[in-house]
Amino acid sequence: MDDIVLAYGADRGSTPRVQKLRRESLEAVPRLYLERAKLVTEAYERYEGALSAPELRAMALRHLMEHKTLYLGEGELIVGEKGDEPQAAPTFPELCCHTLEDMKVMNDRELISFRVTAEDMTYQEKTLIPFWEKRSMRRRLLEAMTPEWKDAYEAGLFTEFMEQRGPGHTVGSENIYIKGFLDYKREIREAMGAVDSRRDPRALARLEQLRAMDICCDAILTLGARYAALADSMADKEPDEARKGELRQIAENCRVVPAHKPETYWQAIQMYWFVHICVTTELNPWDAYSPGRLDQHLISFYRQDVAGSVLSRGQALELLECLWVKFNNQPAPPKVGITLKESSTYTDFANINTGGLDPLGEDGVNEVSYLILDCMDEMRLLQPSSNVQISRKTPARFLRRACEISRKGWGQPAFYNTEAILQELLGAGKSITDARKGGSSGCVETGAFGNEAYILTGYFNLPKILEITLHGGMDPVGGKMLGLPLGSAESFGSYEALFEAYEKQVGHFVDIKTRGSNLIEQLYAAYMPAPFLSVITNDCISKGMDYNAGGARYNTSYLQGVGIGTITDSLAAVKYNVFDKGRFTMGELMEALAADFEGHEDILNLVRNSTPKYGNDDDYADDVMRRVFALYRDAVTGRPNARGGGWRINMLPTTCHVYFGEVMLASPNGRQAHKPVSEGISPDKGADVHGPTAVLRSCAKMDQLSTGGTLLNQKFTPGVVAGDTGLAQMANLIRAYFTMDGHHIQFNVIDRQTLLDAQARPDEYRDLIVRVAGYSDHFRNLSRALQDEIIARTEQTPV
Amino acid sequence: MNPAEKTLSVFNIQRYAIHDGDGIRTTVFFKGCPLRCAWCHNPESQRFEPELVFHKERCDGCGRCVSRCPDGAIVSATGSAASAGSMAPAALPEDAGGNPITTDRTRCVGCGGCVKACLSGARELTGKPWAPEEILALVKRDAPFYESSGGGVTLSGGEPLAQDTDALESLLIALREEGLTVTVDTCGHVPWATLARVLPYVDLFLYDVKHADGEAHRLFTGEGNAQILENLARLGEAGARLDVRVPVVRGVNAEAGAMEAIAEAVGTRIRPRRVRLLPYHSTGSGKYDKLGRDYPGVFSAPDASALEDFRELFDARGFHTVIGG
Repeated sequence: MDDIVLAYGADRGSTPRVQKLRRESLEAVPRLYLERAKLVTEAYERYEGALSAPELRAMALRHLMEHKTLYLGEGELIVGEKGDEPQAAPTFPELCCHTLEDMKVMNDRELISFRVTAEDMTYQEKTLIPFWEKRSMRRRLLEAMTPEWKDAYEAGLFTEFMEQRGPGHTVGSENIYIKGFLDYKREIREAMGAVDSRRDPRALARLEQLRAMDICCDAILTLGARYAALADSMADKEPDEARKGELRQIAENCRVVPAHKPETYWQAIQMYWFVHICVTTELNPWDAYSPGRLDQHLISFYRQDVAGSVLSRGQALELLECLWVKFNNQPAPPKVGITLKESSTYTDFANINTGGLDPLGEDGVNEVSYLILDCMDEMRLLQPSSNVQISRKTPARFLRRACEISRKGWGQPAFYNTEAILQELLGAGKSITDARKGGSSGCVETGAFGNEAYILTGYFNLPKILEITLHGGMDPVGGKMLGLPLGSAESFGSYEALFEAYEKQVGHFVDIKTRGSNLIEQLYAAYMPAPFLSVITNDCISKGMDYNAGGARYNTSYLQGVGIGTITDSLAAVKYNVFDKGRFTMGELMEALAADFEGHEDILNLVRNSTPKYGNDDDYADDVMRRVFALYRDAVTGRPNARGGGWRINMLPTTCHVYFGEVMLASPNGRQAHKPVSEGISPDKGADVHGPTAVLRSCAKMDQLSTGGTLLNQKFTPGVVAGDTGLAQMANLIRAYFTMDGHHIQFNVIDRQTLLDAQARPDEYRDLIVRVAGYSDHFRNLSRALQDEIIARTEQTPV
Repeated sequence: MNPAEKTLSVFNIQRYAIHDGDGIRTTVFFKGCPLRCAWCHNPESQRFEPELVFHKERCDGCGRCVSRCPDGAIVSATGSAASAGSMAPAALPEDAGGNPITTDRTRCVGCGGCVKACLSGARELTGKPWAPEEILALVKRDAPFYESSGGGVTLSGGEPLAQDTDALESLLIALREEGLTVTVDTCGHVPWATLARVLPYVDLFLYDVKHADGEAHRLFTGEGNAQILENLARLGEAGARLDVRVPVVRGVNAEAGAMEAIAEAVGTRIRPRRVRLLPYHSTGSGKYDKLGRDYPGVFSAPDASALEDFRELFDARGFHTVIGG
């Protein structure tokens, strides 16, 4: 198809300035940047032991903002960078102190690599490793885990998000558009005045926390003041009058924000960006510190500036495009090991939700919503993840425009269902107004934006637990006893007996995982608070409590289920073939699995070709799905977490379905050993043969509203969505899925041949972007296994 | 009419059909057609009886099917029926395309015994009897999609109106009661009495007109066009909502004279909602081999500019003309 993304091929951007900035962002080579590590080390050397944990963290951030190298690139309108230039990636030794081997791997690996210099290696070896080796959260965390947790973790039963990153997957409060940080400082002082040390046994902790928040306000004020000064000094030397004027305006903007509330559209964007830099410098939320409902936040500034003739639509678009470049300049911090496998991407998952409803429940689509669509269409960048929320009230024009962009084939925007998000949030106890301000961040994770700390804790391998169940609690790959001794495959006289054993094993591993995570949450509360993030998360100030300790209004821990398609088809294959039809015995099946079906082609054919499968609107298979889904949900939901909130599930994989497949032998649905398991709530690859409506019907049989988000990939060949008819029916397909309470759907519109070509000749397809899970990525940056998996995902072909 | 009686022969039910009428539709393809259009891209739709489809690329040559055929129609080149049924797959000849299993179609009665024996999915029986209520149960699953898109159910084929009329009427009544809209894709070569019976339940006809010249029509489809044109006129009188569909096939009708004549024949009989020009495509050519038949293969698609000329030709006569579905 001729409209496949050529991100590098042509300069994109509505003005030459943006084209230049975008090109620089794409051409810069990601590199490790150790200045942050150096400054944090200095701060710890100076203050550790003398200050409380939150104050220590706050002083580290202030030290960073006082001394970090500033970057103000030629032509930039929005300023602030995590590193000293685009694609410079700071490290977080207080979370994960990389070994020299880690650094070598980062530099040498083919995918998701970071340039590491000899100087970096020396600094890491001589300074950072000696200081951080014993202090890093990763070490503390692994020491706190039980042997059974470690065994299950190493066998790939679940992953652990905090192993190399901090909590913080969230969206900040919209208050940053109506308050400056001087206002926040006043609020913090008032809260300190309200602490009652006569009665409150936590008074000291509250005062320490509030002092830390106050220091963090100073940190961002320093950053703003330094940028104002830099812009002014550059303006003094600037020969070009036009640019001189821009630099003066940048300086003026930086004198207004972050100290005061933004007065203009431009300042509102700058305010967001300063906050983004501070949140992602303070800690490593890793993914998904997001602007959230950007169109809702910017619309009043846009209308005011357009009415006052100080802003044209074109200028507004250019400023948005400059923000897009800023997101794209920041690769996710370098990961290694299992964390890299579960999230193998440079993407930092900043997610923008456009459309939806406003806080009063009216249609939220406004002029800025369309600007954002134009911006994403023009820019075609991996970051930010630009998505839309579709409500019943969303106008057809908006949905059609979003479909028009989506069908170009690079995976954005994805579509979220506003009514589903609302019900998910209401069901989890949020107020209606908080729910209307919410949305999906990261990939598809539901949150009450600005009011909720909703922390992803790890992926959970549902098919692997069946493997362990069938082996009597033993992991056949590692040979270790990991599960409960409940008898093995041949001892189950009925499907019910098998299912009951599976249920117990799921409960067993959920226990191990959640016990571990509850300790990890406490470790973070004790050693790694996030006072800056706490300033901009509602209720942390009034409660005098940290974001990582339960300071937010709502506190959720998410466990992400992976492989629902594979586990469903596997259970259905056993139920149907062994117990219902008696086509083969459990013993024969186990032999076939052990042999990876070699010499058991008859069984392979039966399970592959004539067994009910999820994704076909087949009630036999879908009933199995419903039951296994409910089992998992009920095993997790409602458990208390360590922050005064509770556990919930969502169903998304990022790239973890590839890793979870790697650690498994063959499964009863015909999936061969070490091949990926199914992703999101999508059917297993090639399992669905009755077209997209049947897939959506199957998916809608899952009680998605009782989750915190589900992810569905729908792959189309270009022909299906071609022309007015293809476009109109794509929109209608989304509407119908959302009527049935589907949470999310995203499209890959690329033909198989193109992908095969891209695999064979990656250099000719440097630019090819595909939707992976809750995000898009360059096809060439994906592992071979993931590429194969994407190629194999069922293509829906036109009739 | 008992709605549970399996009297309708269907070879495919296709969901998310977006080019068979308005909106998102489910198309029910009935098996059996009174015409034998030489360019037919659904050859499995022509005969009324179930037929064997053989996907040779999936066959692993295991030979299980040989012994399961009660009519002795299946022969394995690597061994007689005696060795068939063993678990070991027979070796396939190295030369590409070779396959040790052959089926004598003249002896096959479409019983489906070999299909049940086949584990690799290489053997499939196309066409099976359905009861109206079974069809209803399946097609109503996509009601949310019809609702969002203004879609519904399309009855196609083959020739849907060549099915048992009582059963068909029973299905149509059930669809109407379910609130689903119905489009009927017909070749028109059916008794008027049949059309008259289904007329009250059909929201839109997709009515094929292939040639205005009766002799040419007979040459390419096996039947004349008198009944087709007469039915078209009567549908016009009855006020039926109707799109005329004209397959445009080089070697059959893809020239100005034939198109003029079709436009004339249509225009004097009915005002269709639209005229749809459907350029020939060869996507059905692989199906002939799977049915053990030879593909005529002498046809081709008109080029884009010719198609555009034909569109203008129809447009000039006041039709709302579109190219494609």
